[in-house]
Amino acid sequence: MKYAFSFLAVIALVLIAGLGSQIPGMPYLFGVALPYLAIMIFLGGSVYRVVQWAKSPVPFPIQTTCGQGKSLDFIKHNKLEAPDTTAEVVARMFLEVVTFRSLFRNTKSEIYDGPQITYESSKWLWLFALIFHYSFLLIVVRHMRLFLDPIPAWIGWLEYGDGLFQVGAPTWYMTDIGLLLGCVLLFSRRLITRHVRFISLMNDYFPLVLIFTIALTGILMRYFLRTDIDIVNIKQLAVGLVTFSPTIGVKIGAIFYIHLFLVCALLAYFPFSKLMHFAGVFLSPTRNLKNNSRAKRHINPWNPEIKPHSYAGYEDEFREFMVDAGIPVEKELAPAKDAE
Amino acid sequence: MAVPKLEQLSKSVVQGPSLATGAIPTMDWMDIPVVFKPGNYAYPAKADKVAYLNSQPGLYFPNSREWSPEDEDWKLPEGWKEIILKGLKERLDKFRSLKIFMDCCVRCGACADKCHFFLGTGDPKNMPVMRAELLRSVYRNDFTLAGRILGKMAGAREMTASVLKEWFMYSYQCTECRRCSVFCPYGIDTAEVTMMLRELLHLVGVGINWILEPASNSNRTGNHMGLQPHTFKDNVEFLVDDVESLTGVRPNISFNRKGAEILFITPSADVFAEPGLYTAMGYLALFEEIGLDYTWSTYASEGGNFGLFTNNETMKKLNAKMYAEAKRLGVKYIIGGECGHMWRVLHQYMDTMNGPADFLEKPVSPITGTVFENAASTKMVHISEFTADLIKHGKLKFDKSRNSHVKATYHDSCNTARAMGLMDEPRYILDHVVDWVEMPENTIREQTFCCGSGTGLNTDEIMELRMRSGLPRANAVKYVHEKHDVNMLSCVCAIDRATLTSLMNYWNPEVGVCGVTELVANALVLKNENRGELDEGLRTLL
Repeated sequence: MKYAFSFLAVIALVLIAGLGSQIPGMPYLFGVALPYLAIMIFLGGSVYRVVQWAKSPVPFPIQTTCGQGKSLDFIKHNKLEAPDTTAEVVARMFLEVVTFRSLFRNTKSEIYDGPQITYESSKWLWLFALIFHYSFLLIVVRHMRLFLDPIPAWIGWLEYGDGLFQVGAPTWYMTDIGLLLGCVLLFSRRLITRHVRFISLMNDYFPLVLIFTIALTGILMRYFLRTDIDIVNIKQLAVGLVTFSPTIGVKIGAIFYIHLFLVCALLAYFPFSKLMHFAGVFLSPTRNLKNNSRAKRHINPWNPEIKPHSYAGYEDEFREFMVDAGIPVEKELAPAKDAE
Repeated sequence: MAVPKLEQLSKSVVQGPSLATGAIPTMDWMDIPVVFKPGNYAYPAKADKVAYLNSQPGLYFPNSREWSPEDEDWKLPEGWKEIILKGLKERLDKFRSLKIFMDCCVRCGACADKCHFFLGTGDPKNMPVMRAELLRSVYRNDFTLAGRILGKMAGAREMTASVLKEWFMYSYQCTECRRCSVFCPYGIDTAEVTMMLRELLHLVGVGINWILEPASNSNRTGNHMGLQPHTFKDNVEFLVDDVESLTGVRPNISFNRKGAEILFITPSADVFAEPGLYTAMGYLALFEEIGLDYTWSTYASEGGNFGLFTNNETMKKLNAKMYAEAKRLGVKYIIGGECGHMWRVLHQYMDTMNGPADFLEKPVSPITGTVFENAASTKMVHISEFTADLIKHGKLKFDKSRNSHVKATYHDSCNTARAMGLMDEPRYILDHVVDWVEMPENTIREQTFCCGSGTGLNTDEIMELRMRSGLPRANAVKYVHEKHDVNMLSCVCAIDRATLTSLMNYWNPEVGVCGVTELVANALVLKNENRGELDEGLRTLL
């Protein structure tokens, strides 16, 4: 049911944009007003969330060490997995963010008769995630050609690389296929893998369906539904948006507005959802702290004033026993009262 | 409540209807209530222990009372729901980890089958992601826009008594071992979530006795066992006698001695019960051999810290004794014995909570002159670091054949591996003193499996749970037992020494459990020794 709702929600968004943009005057709403609003929500919301996170301190160094820490000279230090310096932390974070290193470690366990538990390397999730994220990233970067005038040469190189196989006309981009495939794989995984199905929420299905539909409408626009899709017009609007002088020249096809509206929906949804993991990963204390907590004191800004049960109180309670047992004491026993 | 027979449990973990073995629950998880019955929960804390802790300055343990998880009414205080939500708000403001971990999970499921509780029980709510969702659902409901607007559709739910009961059930089916955090792409650490859940539960008087009683003992008598100073001394002296009768060398010891160079602190279990006793005898023999100028303390006679399993205030209060005692005695630095969670506190919390230890000196081995730069600020050295350094400098003479009765393997305890990165020091030591092999690679080092009974869950009333959650560890031991005739599971953790013993007795009765220092002392050739054939090392009965 949770995934059905996601489809319904996205279909509703498609209808709103498809029909709404055809009403005279509305292209300005869908082409200009909503994109501005969405980008403001995205930027403002993301900054707000990061600031909210940053406002809470990191009271304790809770790094997760995934390898040998820095210790004696003859013990080989694993600099990436138990970083001791800022540079080592940066390297650890870089590999985490760029290569999804923790996911690369993934294993799958099975329980057999005996009982016998086995663990085997399982890289599917890592692979799916990599396909999805890198396709998405390259597509976003490629879209910069719409906003930049003149178009930087490197975007051309990127497009050339992306369309290297020269299939179809216009040339199919690998990343277009990659993004669609990534969404389908990640979505199917949620349905098929029993653990993941059990934990999945609508919050997990919806973004996948939304991004899939964004990719799909983009592909339809580029390769199939080309009526009223004049790239010069679209570029004019896009450049207008970034230079704060948006104009919509001639009529642009509904498919463009659907595509754009879904992107706006994604941008506006972003800061309020799990998609914020793109920023959160940088702030995760188990990964971004040095494992030098015994060498250098970590400060807790709210360190409460708490004293131990005092030695004096302890000795007062047990002094007789201590003296009897020959354990040194700070205060000798009071002379017995019946000494007189 | 009796523990099922081995054959029965062996079948149950494989075939039982559970998510781990294939069954997909048909109900949404929010619609499955928890049911408490004998054997699936640890006994609640006794009222007098809670009241005692509450009376201590700096601690807050309200609502002491007699209650049972099996009762419908948990006698929660007036306005308990507001107390919980306010407590959650406070913690979100105090711990960035909590905020990030609440917000960033994408439910990718990488953590799901990494948890020993999930593997052993198959209970879907024991998947780390689900454990966090138990809290996250309430967080969404009261602290996020999407949750407020969309409610259940966005995975939000209201805080209710049945949610609270679920928190109690599953925050005490997590040993804060952090294995899941190794695999999480955002480093989400379920230990943080469990710690917060437990802190919140204490705000309304919900806690377990196996944790709060040792914590209150430790506060009052200095150790979990509640050993008073003279008894603690007696216990160590018995061990001195034993070392003497076995080796002919009588270790020289002292208690609460001012002016000693080093204060030595180890978990009190080491001087109290087998097989930890042999590890303690190992310390005594080792320190005697190198002529270490050190003292024991009866006031700070506990390395462990059950505050870590309770709340950060209790952790701080109990831990503060170490520096207080080091300062009072005027030692130069502290050496800590073999213990897992103790070392998590020492490595990641102690200096922050109770430092700076500017009255101590940067640790230098008096025997080798090695400066322990990695402990420059905390001024506390791990016994394995200290011993490995002695071996490297050739200060110890070993006869490995004295351990010929042992074929060992090594269990990384969760905390020393994943919260410290202490992995190769114990291995370096083992290489010099015993014939040993590694367990399979997905079960050691940073991927090590918990003994299944950490964080104060080593209590007998939940033995079946413990045998289930310890299964992944036991299974890896079984593998090396069958393949390499391993008969000894060595470790550097006092809780392990107790809990793995029960675990081995159940799953692999031919495998014993020992501390690394026991193996060191077994093989150690002492100056002036007068020792006979010790077929079982320090365990030999004369």
